Amino acid sequence: MARIIVVTSGKGGVGKTTTSAAIAMGLAKKGHKTAVIDFDVGLRNLDLIMGCERRVVYDFVNVINQEATLNQALIRDKNCNLLYILPASQTRDKDALSLEGVGRVLDELKKDFKYIVCDSPAGIEKGAHLAMYFADDAFVVTNPEVSSVRDSDRMLGILASKSRRAELSEEPIKEYLLLTRYSPDRVKLGEMLSVDDVQEILSLHLLGVIPESKSVLNASNSGTPVILDEKSDAGQAYADIVARYLGENRPHRFIDDKKGFFRNFFGGK
Amino acid sequence: MSIDSQKKTNMQSALEFKSSTFSVPVLVLSSVDLILIEQQLQEKINLAPEFFRNSPVVLDLQEINKHGYDIDVTALTDIIRKAGLLPIGMRGGNIQQNKQALELLIPVYSIHSGSELAENKKQKKITPAPKQKADSDTSVITTTLITQPIRSGQRIYAEGDLVILAQVSAGSEIMAEGNIHVYNTLRGRAMAGVRGNTEARIFCFDLQAELISIAGNYKVSEDLDETVRNKPVQIYLQEQALIIKDIVQHN
Ligand SMILES: Nc1ncnc2c1ncn2[C@@H]1O[C@H](COP(=O)(O)OP(=O)(O)OP(=O)(O)O)[C@@H](O)[C@H]1O
Ligand SMILES: [Mg+2]
Repeated sequence: MARIIVVTSGKGGVGKTTTSAAIAMGLAKKGHKTAVIDFDVGLRNLDLIMGCERRVVYDFVNVINQEATLNQALIRDKNCNLLYILPASQTRDKDALSLEGVGRVLDELKKDFKYIVCDSPAGIEKGAHLAMYFADDAFVVTNPEVSSVRDSDRMLGILASKSRRAELSEEPIKEYLLLTRYSPDRVKLGEMLSVDDVQEILSLHLLGVIPESKSVLNASNSGTPVILDEKSDAGQAYADIVARYLGENRPHRFIDDKKGFFRNFFGGK
Repeated sequence: MSIDSQKKTNMQSALEFKSSTFSVPVLVLSSVDLILIEQQLQEKINLAPEFFRNSPVVLDLQEINKHGYDIDVTALTDIIRKAGLLPIGMRGGNIQQNKQALELLIPVYSIHSGSELAENKKQKKITPAPKQKADSDTSVITTTLITQPIRSGQRIYAEGDLVILAQVSAGSEIMAEGNIHVYNTLRGRAMAGVRGNTEARIFCFDLQAELISIAGNYKVSEDLDETVRNKPVQIYLQEQALIIKDIVQHN
Protein backbone atom coordinates (compact mmCIF):
# COMPACT_ATOMS: atom_id res chain seq x y z
CA MET A 1 0.00 0.00 0.00
CA ALA A 2 1.28 3.41 -0.97
CA ARG A 3 1.75 5.99 1.77
CA ILE A 4 1.47 9.71 1.37
CA ILE A 5 3.81 11.75 3.55
CA VAL A 6 3.35 15.48 3.92
CA VAL A 7 6.30 17.59 5.02
CA THR A 8 4.75 20.59 6.67
CA SER A 9 5.36 23.29 9.27
CA GLY A 10 3.17 26.33 9.10
CA LYS A 11 6.16 28.65 9.39
CA GLY A 12 8.29 29.40 6.34
CA GLY A 13 11.97 28.72 5.85
CA VAL A 14 12.31 26.03 8.51
CA GLY A 15 13.64 23.32 6.18
CA LYS A 16 10.61 21.63 4.60
CA THR A 17 12.05 21.47 1.10
CA THR A 18 15.46 20.37 2.39
CA THR A 19 13.70 17.63 4.37
CA SER A 20 11.42 16.55 1.51
CA ALA A 21 14.38 16.13 -0.83
CA ALA A 22 16.42 14.26 1.77
CA ILE A 23 13.79 11.80 2.92
CA ALA A 24 12.49 11.14 -0.59
CA MET A 25 16.03 10.26 -1.63
CA GLY A 26 16.52 8.22 1.54
CA LEU A 27 13.39 6.16 0.96
CA ALA A 28 14.30 5.55 -2.68
CA LYS A 29 17.83 4.55 -1.70
CA LYS A 30 16.32 1.98 0.63
CA GLY A 31 14.67 0.42 -2.40
CA HIS A 32 11.21 2.01 -2.28
CA LYS A 33 9.85 3.62 -5.39
CA THR A 34 9.23 7.20 -4.32
CA ALA A 35 7.80 10.35 -5.83
CA VAL A 36 8.30 13.81 -4.38
CA ILE A 37 5.86 16.58 -5.28
CA ASP A 38 6.44 20.31 -4.99
CA PHE A 39 3.22 21.96 -3.76
CA ASP A 40 4.82 25.38 -3.59
CA VAL A 41 3.25 26.64 -6.79
CA GLY A 42 4.73 29.95 -7.87
CA LEU A 43 8.00 29.50 -6.00
CA ARG A 44 9.40 26.23 -7.30
CA ASN A 45 12.25 25.26 -5.11
CA LEU A 46 12.38 21.52 -4.91
CA ASP A 47 13.74 21.02 -8.42
CA LEU A 48 16.71 23.24 -7.52
CA ILE A 49 17.49 21.21 -4.41
CA MET A 50 17.11 18.02 -6.45
CA GLY A 51 19.27 19.44 -9.22
CA CYS A 52 16.75 18.81 -11.97
CA GLU A 53 15.63 22.37 -12.68
CA ARG A 54 17.00 22.24 -16.20
CA ARG A 55 15.00 19.20 -17.14
CA VAL A 56 11.54 20.53 -16.28
CA VAL A 57 9.16 20.37 -19.23
CA TYR A 58 5.76 19.90 -17.63
CA ASP A 59 4.72 20.49 -14.04
CA PHE A 60 2.14 19.56 -11.42
CA VAL A 61 -0.37 22.15 -12.66
CA ASN A 62 -0.11 20.82 -16.22
CA VAL A 63 -0.98 17.37 -14.95
CA ILE A 64 -3.90 18.66 -12.91
CA ASN A 65 -5.22 20.56 -15.92
CA GLN A 66 -4.67 17.45 -18.03
CA GLU A 67 -2.35 19.31 -20.36
CA ALA A 68 0.25 16.60 -19.76
CA THR A 69 0.23 13.05 -18.47
CA LEU A 70 1.84 12.14 -15.20
CA ASN A 71 4.52 10.18 -17.03
CA GLN A 72 5.40 13.20 -19.12
CA ALA A 73 5.75 15.43 -16.09
CA LEU A 74 7.60 13.12 -13.69
CA ILE A 75 11.36 13.61 -13.78
CA ARG A 76 13.55 10.67 -12.91
CA ASP A 77 16.29 11.56 -10.46
CA LYS A 78 19.85 11.53 -11.77
CA ASN A 79 21.24 9.73 -8.70
CA CYS A 80 18.58 7.16 -8.02
CA ASN A 81 16.32 5.52 -10.54
CA LEU A 82 13.62 4.75 -7.99
CA LEU A 83 13.07 8.45 -7.29
CA TYR A 84 10.86 10.77 -9.33
CA ILE A 85 10.17 14.47 -8.97
CA LEU A 86 6.96 16.26 -9.85
CA PRO A 87 7.93 19.94 -10.02
CA ALA A 88 5.73 22.92 -9.25
CA SER A 89 4.79 25.53 -11.77
CA GLN A 90 6.59 28.81 -11.58
CA THR A 91 4.20 30.70 -13.76
CA ARG A 92 0.89 29.97 -12.08
CA ASP A 93 -0.39 30.84 -8.66
CA LYS A 94 -1.67 28.49 -6.01
CA ASP A 95 -5.26 28.77 -7.17
CA ALA A 96 -4.25 26.53 -10.05
CA LEU A 97 -4.43 23.58 -7.65
CA SER A 98 -7.81 22.08 -6.83
CA LEU A 99 -8.69 19.49 -4.22
CA GLU A 100 -10.26 17.27 -6.82
CA GLY A 101 -7.28 17.61 -9.18
CA VAL A 102 -4.72 16.91 -6.47
CA GLY A 103 -6.72 13.89 -5.36
CA ARG A 104 -6.76 12.53 -8.89
CA VAL A 105 -2.99 12.89 -9.35
CA LEU A 106 -2.27 11.30 -5.97
CA ASP A 107 -4.58 8.39 -6.74
CA GLU A 108 -2.72 7.77 -9.95
CA LEU A 109 0.65 7.97 -8.22
CA LYS A 110 -0.49 5.54 -5.54
CA LYS A 111 -0.85 2.81 -8.13
CA ASP A 112 2.80 2.92 -8.99
CA PHE A 113 4.71 4.32 -6.01
CA LYS A 114 5.38 3.13 -2.48
CA TYR A 115 5.93 6.56 -0.97
CA ILE A 116 4.67 9.93 -2.13
CA VAL A 117 6.33 12.86 -0.40
CA CYS A 118 4.47 16.18 -0.54
CA ASP A 119 6.60 19.27 0.03
CA SER A 120 4.17 21.77 1.52
CA PRO A 121 4.40 25.52 1.05
CA ALA A 122 4.56 27.68 4.19
CA GLY A 123 1.42 29.03 5.80
CA ILE A 124 -1.91 27.44 6.54
CA GLU A 125 -3.70 28.59 3.43
CA LYS A 126 -4.85 26.71 0.39
CA GLY A 127 -1.50 25.34 -0.79
CA ALA A 128 -0.60 23.95 2.62
CA HIS A 129 -4.11 22.57 3.02
CA LEU A 130 -3.96 20.73 -0.30
CA ALA A 131 -0.52 19.31 0.52
CA MET A 132 -1.70 17.78 3.79
CA TYR A 133 -5.31 16.91 2.93
CA PHE A 134 -4.68 13.41 1.55
CA ALA A 135 -1.73 12.53 3.80
CA ASP A 136 -1.28 9.33 5.78
CA ASP A 137 1.78 10.57 7.66
CA ALA A 138 2.91 14.08 8.52
CA PHE A 139 6.49 15.13 9.15
CA VAL A 140 6.16 18.33 11.11
CA VAL A 141 9.34 20.31 10.58
CA THR A 142 10.08 22.62 13.47
CA ASN A 143 12.96 24.91 14.40
CA PRO A 144 13.82 25.25 18.06
CA GLU A 145 12.26 28.66 18.53
CA VAL A 146 8.95 29.74 19.98
CA SER A 147 7.27 31.05 16.82
CA SER A 148 8.10 27.93 14.83
CA VAL A 149 6.85 25.68 17.61
CA ARG A 150 3.63 27.66 17.83
CA ASP A 151 3.06 27.38 14.09
CA SER A 152 3.71 23.65 14.20
CA ASP A 153 1.17 23.33 16.97
CA ARG A 154 -1.30 25.18 14.81
CA MET A 155 -0.56 22.88 11.89
CA LEU A 156 -1.08 19.85 14.12
CA GLY A 157 -4.54 21.15 14.94
CA ILE A 158 -5.29 21.47 11.25
CA LEU A 159 -3.98 17.97 10.52
CA ALA A 160 -6.27 16.62 13.22
CA SER A 161 -9.37 18.43 12.02
CA LYS A 162 -9.19 19.41 8.34
CA SER A 163 -7.57 16.43 6.66
CA ARG A 164 -9.37 13.82 4.62
CA ARG A 165 -8.82 11.26 7.35
CA ALA A 166 -10.33 13.64 9.89
CA GLU A 167 -13.30 14.42 7.70
CA LEU A 168 -14.03 10.75 7.11
CA SER A 169 -13.35 9.94 10.78
CA GLU A 170 -10.70 7.49 9.69
CA GLU A 171 -7.62 6.70 11.73
CA PRO A 172 -5.89 10.07 12.14
CA ILE A 173 -2.77 11.13 10.27
CA LYS A 174 0.37 9.82 11.98
CA GLU A 175 2.33 12.80 13.17
CA TYR A 176 6.10 12.93 13.59
CA LEU A 177 8.28 15.71 14.89
CA LEU A 178 11.45 16.67 13.01
CA LEU A 179 13.48 19.25 14.85
CA THR A 180 15.76 20.94 12.34
CA ARG A 181 18.54 23.51 12.43
CA TYR A 182 19.32 22.41 15.96
CA SER A 183 22.39 23.84 17.59
CA PRO A 184 23.29 22.42 21.03
CA ASP A 185 25.65 25.29 21.69
CA ARG A 186 22.94 27.85 21.22
CA VAL A 187 20.60 25.78 23.37
CA LYS A 188 23.18 25.91 26.13
CA LEU A 189 23.41 29.67 25.78
CA GLY A 190 19.67 29.84 26.17
CA GLU A 191 19.20 31.25 22.66
CA MET A 192 17.21 28.26 21.45
CA LEU A 193 14.65 25.90 22.87
CA SER A 194 15.98 22.46 23.79
CA VAL A 195 14.59 19.18 22.49
CA ASP A 196 12.93 18.76 25.88
CA ASP A 197 11.26 22.14 25.66
CA VAL A 198 9.86 21.49 22.22
CA GLN A 199 8.72 17.99 23.16
CA GLU A 200 7.01 19.33 26.22
CA ILE A 201 5.08 21.93 24.26
CA LEU A 202 4.13 19.75 21.31
CA SER A 203 4.02 16.31 22.94
CA LEU A 204 4.74 14.58 19.69
CA HIS A 205 6.76 11.55 18.68
CA LEU A 206 10.27 12.73 17.84
CA LEU A 207 11.51 11.18 14.62
CA GLY A 208 14.84 12.95 14.71
CA VAL A 209 16.93 16.05 15.22
CA ILE A 210 18.83 17.60 12.31
CA PRO A 211 21.69 19.83 13.38
CA GLU A 212 22.35 23.24 11.91
CA SER A 213 24.95 22.39 9.32
CA LYS A 214 26.91 24.00 6.53
CA SER A 215 26.52 20.82 4.54
CA VAL A 216 22.88 21.76 3.85
CA LEU A 217 23.87 24.88 1.97
CA ASN A 218 26.62 23.04 0.10
CA ALA A 219 24.18 20.34 -0.88
CA SER A 220 21.56 22.75 -2.17
CA ASN A 221 24.20 24.68 -4.11
CA SER A 222 25.28 21.50 -5.84
CA GLY A 223 21.72 20.24 -6.38
CA THR A 224 22.08 16.98 -4.46
CA PRO A 225 19.94 16.17 -1.42
CA VAL A 226 22.08 16.40 1.72
CA ILE A 227 21.36 12.78 2.63
CA LEU A 228 23.78 11.76 -0.14
CA ASP A 229 26.55 13.53 1.74
CA GLU A 230 27.10 10.55 3.99
CA LYS A 231 29.94 12.13 5.89
CA SER A 232 27.98 15.17 6.95
CA ASP A 233 26.11 15.38 10.25
CA ALA A 234 22.91 16.58 8.59
CA GLY A 235 23.15 13.78 6.01
CA GLN A 236 23.50 11.18 8.76
CA ALA A 237 20.68 12.73 10.74
CA TYR A 238 18.35 12.41 7.75
CA ALA A 239 19.52 8.83 7.15
CA ASP A 240 18.60 8.04 10.77
CA ILE A 241 15.21 9.60 10.29
CA VAL A 242 14.44 7.52 7.23
CA ALA A 243 15.58 4.36 9.02
CA ARG A 244 13.45 5.15 12.07
CA TYR A 245 10.46 5.90 9.91
CA LEU A 246 10.89 2.50 8.28
CA GLY A 247 10.89 0.86 11.70
CA GLU A 248 14.55 0.63 12.64
CA ASN A 249 15.49 1.45 16.20
CA ARG A 250 18.30 3.98 16.18
CA PRO A 251 19.40 6.07 19.15
CA HIS A 252 19.02 9.82 18.77
CA ARG A 253 22.14 11.78 17.91
CA PHE A 254 23.15 15.41 17.52
CA ILE A 255 21.39 16.48 20.69
CA ASP A 256 24.43 16.75 22.93
CA ASP A 257 22.66 16.95 26.26
CA LYS A 258 21.71 13.32 25.95
CA LYS A 259 21.21 12.68 29.63
CA GLY A 260 18.51 15.22 30.18
CA PHE A 261 16.77 14.18 27.06
CA PHE A 262 16.65 10.48 27.77
CA ARG A 263 15.53 11.00 31.28
CA ASN A 264 12.56 12.85 29.98
CA PHE A 265 11.98 10.55 27.08
CA PHE A 266 11.71 7.39 29.10
CA GLY A 267 10.79 8.52 32.56
CA GLY A 268 8.60 11.34 31.38
CA LYS A 269 4.99 11.78 32.20
CA MET B 1 0.56 7.17 27.32
CA SER B 2 0.61 3.96 29.25
CA ILE B 3 1.29 3.19 32.82
CA ASP B 4 2.95 -0.11 33.49
CA SER B 5 1.60 -1.96 36.41
CA GLN B 6 4.08 -2.71 39.09
CA LYS B 7 5.73 -6.07 39.12
CA LYS B 8 8.33 -6.89 41.65
CA THR B 9 8.94 -10.61 41.17
CA ASN B 10 11.60 -12.50 39.30
CA MET B 11 9.03 -14.75 37.77
CA GLN B 12 8.34 -14.32 34.13
CA SER B 13 5.07 -12.47 33.99
CA ALA B 14 2.38 -13.64 31.64
CA LEU B 15 0.32 -10.52 31.56
CA GLU B 16 0.19 -6.93 32.45
CA PHE B 17 -2.53 -4.34 32.86
CA LYS B 18 -1.85 -1.19 30.98
CA SER B 19 -3.82 1.94 30.75
CA SER B 20 -4.15 3.52 27.36
CA THR B 21 -6.52 5.67 25.40
CA PHE B 22 -8.27 4.78 22.18
CA SER B 23 -10.34 6.81 19.91
CA VAL B 24 -13.58 5.03 19.19
CA PRO B 25 -16.48 6.30 17.14
CA VAL B 26 -19.51 7.22 19.22
CA LEU B 27 -22.94 6.71 17.73
CA VAL B 28 -25.17 9.44 19.13
CA LEU B 29 -28.81 8.51 18.68
CA SER B 30 -31.41 11.19 18.38
CA SER B 31 -34.37 9.07 17.39
CA VAL B 32 -35.98 5.91 18.77
CA ASP B 33 -37.39 4.91 15.38
CA LEU B 34 -35.48 1.68 14.80
CA ILE B 35 -36.32 1.55 11.11
CA LEU B 36 -35.06 5.07 10.59
CA ILE B 37 -31.90 4.29 12.57
CA GLU B 38 -31.23 1.18 10.53
CA GLN B 39 -31.74 3.02 7.28
CA GLN B 40 -29.58 6.04 8.12
CA LEU B 41 -26.87 3.89 9.64
CA GLN B 42 -26.65 1.91 6.42
CA GLU B 43 -26.41 5.12 4.40
CA LYS B 44 -23.50 6.30 6.55
CA ILE B 45 -21.74 2.96 6.27
CA ASN B 46 -22.13 2.93 2.52
CA LEU B 47 -20.01 6.07 2.38
CA ALA B 48 -16.99 4.26 3.81
CA PRO B 49 -17.71 0.54 4.06
CA GLU B 50 -14.09 -0.42 4.66
CA PHE B 51 -13.77 1.96 7.55
CA PHE B 52 -16.89 0.73 9.28
CA ARG B 53 -16.32 -2.99 8.79
CA ASN B 54 -16.02 -4.54 12.27
CA SER B 55 -15.44 -1.11 13.72
CA PRO B 56 -15.97 -0.80 17.46
CA VAL B 57 -18.61 1.71 18.45
CA VAL B 58 -19.93 3.27 21.65
CA LEU B 59 -23.66 3.93 21.78
CA ASP B 60 -24.76 7.25 23.20
CA LEU B 61 -28.35 7.43 24.40
CA GLN B 62 -28.12 10.78 26.04
CA GLU B 63 -30.05 12.75 23.43
CA ILE B 64 -32.89 10.27 23.53
CA ASN B 65 -33.10 10.21 27.29
CA LYS B 66 -32.93 13.98 27.47
CA HIS B 67 -36.22 14.01 25.66
CA GLY B 68 -37.61 11.25 27.80
CA TYR B 69 -37.96 8.76 24.93
CA ASP B 70 -37.20 5.12 25.49
CA ILE B 71 -35.46 2.63 23.28
CA ASP B 72 -35.10 -1.14 23.29
CA VAL B 73 -31.37 -1.61 23.74
CA THR B 74 -31.52 -5.25 22.69
CA ALA B 75 -33.21 -4.45 19.39
CA LEU B 76 -30.89 -1.52 18.84
CA THR B 77 -27.83 -3.67 19.41
CA ASP B 78 -29.15 -6.18 16.89
CA ILE B 79 -29.37 -3.48 14.25
CA ILE B 80 -25.87 -2.22 14.98
CA ARG B 81 -24.39 -5.72 14.85
CA LYS B 82 -26.26 -6.52 11.65
CA ALA B 83 -24.74 -3.42 10.09
CA GLY B 84 -21.31 -4.89 10.80
CA LEU B 85 -20.38 -2.70 13.76
CA LEU B 86 -19.28 -4.04 17.13
CA PRO B 87 -20.78 -2.23 20.11
CA ILE B 88 -18.18 -2.04 22.89
CA GLY B 89 -19.94 0.30 25.21
CA MET B 90 -22.92 2.45 25.99
CA ARG B 91 -23.26 5.74 27.75
CA GLY B 92 -26.00 8.14 28.69
CA GLY B 93 -28.44 5.32 29.37
CA ASN B 94 -30.99 5.12 32.18
CA ILE B 95 -31.06 2.34 34.77
CA GLN B 96 -33.24 0.06 32.67
CA GLN B 97 -31.12 0.59 29.53
CA ASN B 98 -27.89 0.06 31.43
CA LYS B 99 -29.23 -3.20 32.79
CA GLN B 100 -30.15 -4.33 29.30
CA ALA B 101 -26.69 -3.40 28.03
CA LEU B 102 -24.94 -5.36 30.75
CA GLU B 103 -27.09 -8.38 29.99
CA LEU B 104 -25.80 -8.14 26.43
CA LEU B 105 -22.25 -7.95 27.86
CA ILE B 106 -21.90 -4.37 26.71
CA PRO B 107 -20.00 -2.24 29.24
CA VAL B 108 -21.73 0.86 30.52
CA TYR B 109 -19.73 4.07 30.70
CA SER B 110 -20.84 6.72 33.09
CA ILE B 111 -19.28 9.77 31.57
CA HIS B 112 -22.57 11.40 30.83
CA SER B 113 -25.73 10.99 32.79
CA GLY B 114 -26.11 8.41 35.49
CA SER B 115 -22.86 9.52 37.03
CA GLU B 116 -24.21 11.96 39.57
CA LEU B 117 -22.93 9.83 42.36
CA ALA B 118 -19.39 9.77 41.14
CA GLU B 119 -19.55 13.46 40.35
CA ASN B 120 -20.60 14.33 43.86
CA LYS B 121 -17.93 12.21 45.42
CA LYS B 122 -15.31 13.88 43.28
CA GLN B 123 -16.61 17.29 44.24
CA LYS B 124 -16.45 16.55 47.91
CA LYS B 125 -12.80 15.79 47.68
CA ILE B 126 -11.77 18.98 45.99
CA THR B 127 -14.42 21.38 47.21
CA PRO B 128 -14.48 22.58 50.79
CA ALA B 129 -18.25 23.05 50.80
CA PRO B 130 -19.98 21.10 48.06
CA LYS B 131 -23.17 22.60 46.78
CA GLN B 132 -25.79 19.90 46.68
CA LYS B 133 -27.90 20.57 43.68
CA ALA B 134 -31.50 19.93 44.56
CA ASP B 135 -32.58 19.26 41.01
CA SER B 136 -29.67 17.04 40.09
CA ASP B 137 -31.93 14.00 39.80
CA THR B 138 -34.06 15.50 37.06
CA SER B 139 -31.58 17.39 34.90
CA VAL B 140 -28.98 15.50 32.94
CA ILE B 141 -25.41 16.67 33.34
CA THR B 142 -23.70 16.62 29.97
CA THR B 143 -19.98 16.31 29.81
CA THR B 144 -17.78 16.69 26.79
CA LEU B 145 -14.72 14.48 27.00
CA ILE B 146 -11.67 15.21 24.85
CA THR B 147 -8.65 12.95 24.74
CA GLN B 148 -6.69 14.62 21.92
CA PRO B 149 -4.47 17.68 22.44
CA ILE B 150 -6.13 21.03 21.76
CA ARG B 151 -3.75 22.77 19.39
CA SER B 152 -3.06 26.42 18.75
CA GLY B 153 -5.88 27.94 16.72
CA GLN B 154 -8.52 25.44 17.83
CA ARG B 155 -11.66 26.40 19.74
CA ILE B 156 -13.77 24.06 21.81
CA TYR B 157 -17.20 24.88 23.16
CA ALA B 158 -19.08 22.63 25.57
CA GLU B 159 -22.65 23.16 26.64
CA GLY B 160 -22.06 21.39 29.93
CA ASP B 161 -18.81 20.42 31.56
CA LEU B 162 -15.63 20.04 29.60
CA VAL B 163 -13.10 17.37 30.51
CA ILE B 164 -9.79 17.34 28.65
CA LEU B 165 -7.24 14.61 29.21
CA ALA B 166 -4.56 16.00 26.87
CA GLN B 167 -2.72 19.27 26.85
CA VAL B 168 -4.30 22.56 25.85
CA SER B 169 -1.81 24.52 23.75
CA ALA B 170 -1.05 28.20 23.82
CA GLY B 171 -3.12 29.93 21.17
CA SER B 172 -6.17 27.72 21.69
CA GLU B 173 -9.45 28.51 23.39
CA ILE B 174 -11.65 26.23 25.48
CA MET B 175 -15.07 27.28 26.67
CA ALA B 176 -17.75 25.63 28.74
CA GLU B 177 -21.09 26.65 30.14
CA GLY B 178 -20.19 24.47 33.11
CA ASN B 179 -16.87 23.46 34.66
CA ILE B 180 -13.59 22.88 32.88
CA HIS B 181 -11.23 20.09 33.90
CA VAL B 182 -7.84 19.81 32.24
CA TYR B 183 -5.91 16.77 33.43
CA ASN B 184 -2.76 18.03 31.78
CA THR B 185 -1.03 21.34 31.07
CA LEU B 186 -3.28 24.30 30.40
CA ARG B 187 -1.50 26.84 28.21
CA GLY B 188 -4.35 28.32 26.19
CA ARG B 189 -7.38 30.42 27.16
CA ALA B 190 -9.95 28.75 29.40
CA MET B 191 -13.39 30.17 30.04
CA ALA B 192 -15.84 28.41 32.32
CA GLY B 193 -19.42 29.43 33.02
CA VAL B 194 -19.53 31.36 29.77
CA ARG B 195 -23.30 31.83 30.03
CA GLY B 196 -23.07 33.38 33.42
CA ASN B 197 -22.80 30.41 35.78
CA THR B 198 -20.80 31.89 38.63
CA GLU B 199 -20.59 28.50 40.34
CA ALA B 200 -18.47 27.09 37.52
CA ARG B 201 -14.88 26.20 38.22
CA ILE B 202 -11.71 25.49 36.32
CA PHE B 203 -9.43 22.67 37.38
CA CYS B 204 -6.07 21.97 35.81
CA PHE B 205 -2.94 19.96 36.49
CA ASP B 206 -0.46 22.60 35.44
CA LEU B 207 -1.51 26.21 35.14
CA GLN B 208 0.27 28.14 32.40
CA ALA B 209 -2.84 29.66 30.86
CA GLU B 210 -2.90 32.76 28.70
CA LEU B 211 -6.25 33.69 30.17
CA ILE B 212 -8.69 32.21 32.67
CA SER B 213 -12.23 33.36 33.10
CA ILE B 214 -15.32 32.37 35.07
CA ALA B 215 -18.63 33.91 34.13
CA GLY B 216 -16.81 36.77 32.46
CA ASN B 217 -14.43 37.54 35.33
CA TYR B 218 -11.00 37.02 33.92
CA LYS B 219 -7.29 37.17 34.56
CA VAL B 220 -4.61 37.26 31.91
CA SER B 221 -1.33 35.44 32.16
CA GLU B 222 0.43 38.54 33.43
CA ASP B 223 -1.90 38.73 36.43
CA LEU B 224 -1.16 35.18 37.51
CA ASP B 225 0.79 34.95 40.69
CA GLU B 226 4.04 32.97 40.57
CA THR B 227 2.84 30.88 43.50
CA VAL B 228 0.07 29.30 41.40
CA ARG B 229 1.88 29.02 38.09
CA ASN B 230 2.93 25.53 36.94
CA LYS B 231 0.81 24.00 39.69
CA PRO B 232 -2.31 21.89 39.91
CA VAL B 233 -4.97 24.42 40.80
CA GLN B 234 -8.66 25.07 40.95
CA ILE B 235 -10.13 28.40 40.05
CA TYR B 236 -13.47 29.70 41.30
CA LEU B 237 -15.36 32.89 41.93
CA GLN B 238 -15.84 34.40 45.35
CA GLU B 239 -17.68 37.72 45.48
CA GLN B 240 -16.71 38.43 41.88
CA ALA B 241 -13.05 37.79 42.56
CA LEU B 242 -11.21 34.94 40.89
CA ILE B 243 -9.64 32.70 43.48
CA ILE B 244 -6.83 30.44 42.36
CA LYS B 245 -5.93 27.74 44.82
CA ASP B 246 -3.72 24.73 45.00
CA ILE B 247 -5.91 21.75 44.25
CA VAL B 248 -4.36 19.98 47.20
CA GLN B 249 -5.71 21.58 50.35
CA HIS B 250 -3.13 22.21 53.03
CA ASN B 251 -4.79 23.84 55.95
N1 LIG C 1 19.86 21.79 8.95
C1 LIG C 1 20.12 22.95 8.33
N2 LIG C 1 21.30 23.60 8.54
C2 LIG C 1 21.57 24.77 7.93
N3 LIG C 1 20.74 25.38 7.07
C3 LIG C 1 19.55 24.80 6.81
C4 LIG C 1 19.19 23.56 7.42
N4 LIG C 1 17.95 23.22 6.97
C5 LIG C 1 17.57 24.19 6.11
N5 LIG C 1 18.53 25.15 6.01
C6 LIG C 1 18.49 26.36 5.19
O1 LIG C 1 17.32 27.09 5.51
C7 LIG C 1 16.79 27.70 4.36
C8 LIG C 1 15.33 27.26 4.20
O2 LIG C 1 15.29 25.87 3.93
P1 LIG C 1 14.12 25.23 3.06
O3 LIG C 1 14.00 25.89 1.74
O4 LIG C 1 14.30 23.76 3.08
O5 LIG C 1 12.90 25.64 3.97
P2 LIG C 1 11.34 25.57 3.62
O6 LIG C 1 10.67 25.28 4.90
O7 LIG C 1 11.09 24.67 2.49
O8 LIG C 1 11.06 27.07 3.17
P3 LIG C 1 9.70 27.62 2.50
O9 LIG C 1 8.74 27.78 3.62
O10 LIG C 1 10.12 28.93 1.92
O11 LIG C 1 9.27 26.61 1.49
C9 LIG C 1 17.64 27.27 3.21
O12 LIG C 1 18.53 28.30 2.92
C10 LIG C 1 18.37 26.05 3.71
O13 LIG C 1 19.63 25.90 3.12
MG1 LIG D 1 10.01 25.00 0.62
